[in-house]
Amino acid sequence: MEYFLQQSINGLALGSIYGLVAIGYTMVYGIIGMINFAHGDIFMVGTFIALIAFLILVAIGITAIPLALFLMLLIAMLLTSLYGWAVERIAYRPLRGSFRLAPLISAIGMSIVLQNYVQLAQGARVKTLQPLITGTHTVLDLGNRFVVQVSNIQILIVLTTLALMTGFTWIISSTSLGRDMRACEQDLKMAALLGVDTNRTISLTFLIGAALASVAGMMYLLYYGVIDFHIGFVAGVKAFTAAVLGGIGSLPGAMLGGLLIGLIETYWSAYFSVQYKDVAAFSILIVVLIFMPTGILGRPEVEKV
Amino acid sequence: MSEPLLSIKGVSAFYGSIAALKGIDVEVMPGEIVTIIGANGAGKSTLMMTICGNPQAREGSIVFEGRDITQLPTHEIMRMKIAQSPEGRRIFPRMTVYENLQMGAATAEGGDFRSELARVYSLFPILEKRSSQRGGTLSGGEQQMLAIGRALMSRPRLLLLDEPSLGLAPLIVRQIFSAIRDLNQREKLTIFLVEQNAFHALKLAHRGYVMVNGRIALQGTGRELLERPEVRSAYLEGGR
Ligand SMILES: Nc1ncnc2c1ncn2[C@@H]1O[C@H](COP(=O)(O)OP(=O)(O)OP(=O)(O)O)[C@@H](O)[C@H]1O
Ligand SMILES: [Mg+2]
Repeated sequence: MEYFLQQSINGLALGSIYGLVAIGYTMVYGIIGMINFAHGDIFMVGTFIALIAFLILVAIGITAIPLALFLMLLIAMLLTSLYGWAVERIAYRPLRGSFRLAPLISAIGMSIVLQNYVQLAQGARVKTLQPLITGTHTVLDLGNRFVVQVSNIQILIVLTTLALMTGFTWIISSTSLGRDMRACEQDLKMAALLGVDTNRTISLTFLIGAALASVAGMMYLLYYGVIDFHIGFVAGVKAFTAAVLGGIGSLPGAMLGGLLIGLIETYWSAYFSVQYKDVAAFSILIVVLIFMPTGILGRPEVEKV
Repeated sequence: MSEPLLSIKGVSAFYGSIAALKGIDVEVMPGEIVTIIGANGAGKSTLMMTICGNPQAREGSIVFEGRDITQLPTHEIMRMKIAQSPEGRRIFPRMTVYENLQMGAATAEGGDFRSELARVYSLFPILEKRSSQRGGTLSGGEQQMLAIGRALMSRPRLLLLDEPSLGLAPLIVRQIFSAIRDLNQREKLTIFLVEQNAFHALKLAHRGYVMVNGRIALQGTGRELLERPEVRSAYLEGGR
């Protein structure tokens, strides 16, 4: 029981990271109907920018951890969202209105470009960061072999995710930008007929998705401390699976799917096999695609008027 | 003579390599109701959309309030206070009626949202009752009223209406046509109307154009066109 509780806590932290990345997939899919395969690599770029930002901050003498973390977050969000924006401008916008597969192929190309770019610029070897946030709290101690612990970094991850999700949900439901985004998602042509600059709205969607992915990337860096140019692929597939599981196009679905994938992966590693933990996510993707292609909170594509 | 509000000269538009409009000349004067009638596939909806820049005219010019809008992107054209209630209504299905109306006011910078809303609700009271219902669950008639109401929210100087009576019961059709007449007479709103229901449209409009295969075949005042034998036989079967 304690073991299960402990795994649930670990799974929630991991799932928060997947959820934040999954939102980027689901938003872009909702608004222009394509899977942005480069999104996992945007997440990876976010981890690198966060790491480099930290090293620079230390070099210029900013070592107070809370301040350094805050600046890291700002820099990572800012620069990563520029990458997300640029990917759309360079690789997708010129292909808008061409056949459906074109942007998909372009996305795969963009993913390779980003990986090779980081590999060339930063080297192929793994980069590490010493734990910046330490400390754990014992949640449950029944005096036997096991104690259930939650670490400060896990608390930080879950709280940050919660705060971002709250803010993000508010933007989508209550601001005119959010309304424009939903309008573009539901009927791009009509949104333009109402004076919405659809290209700008699509750009902002990529920007916001990348900013969220960069937060996930920074937390991944702080949590695991080890990154390389390749982590975007597996993380991306899992976040994509999360988006599909939750129902692609649905924002709460992406978060829910992320948490579920995080939990399933953690349980799988704990009770079956760590080596095959990635298989869990891929198997779920296949099962979901076969038996519930619209996901948990997705809607079937019949509601068009 | 005053300047035309909208002046379309020699406009051609294409879908791929297929010409849907072949040298269209149309003028709309301030305060007029002008209607376009024509058979299915004649290019009426394409003309409405070409005014809005989607598809863009490949030849010719479109001038609105003295400004050439032929090459402008759609959202900039709409921000010049042209509004369209398009073919098929295109209500945002997963937004509430209220949110749909908010979207309509997206270009109304500095306008008073509350008073526009009150104006639309008094024109179509049913929309107020349905304000928190999702657009996709409205009846066809309600959706049509919402589409027109949404277009009005930006306080347009030119209102484009594409087949507002399509698929609606006669009672609702009458309600919508009387709303159009009211808007024109009371608020001096200029309206460019595409209709299948040629009899109603020509009775309502000051002037009309008949479109055949992407070209303007006939034009005249509403009354003149109603009396033309070729219009009667082609569009007013049974002499309705
Ligand atoms: N998106 C499109 N792609 C290709 N061809 C199109 C497209 N939209 C319309 N067309 C073609 O352009 C021509 C004109 O169509 P349009 O919709 O303007 O006709 P319409 O006069 O509005 O007809 P209706 O009365 O049936 O609404 C038709 O031959 C139609 O098949
Ligand atoms: Mg039409």
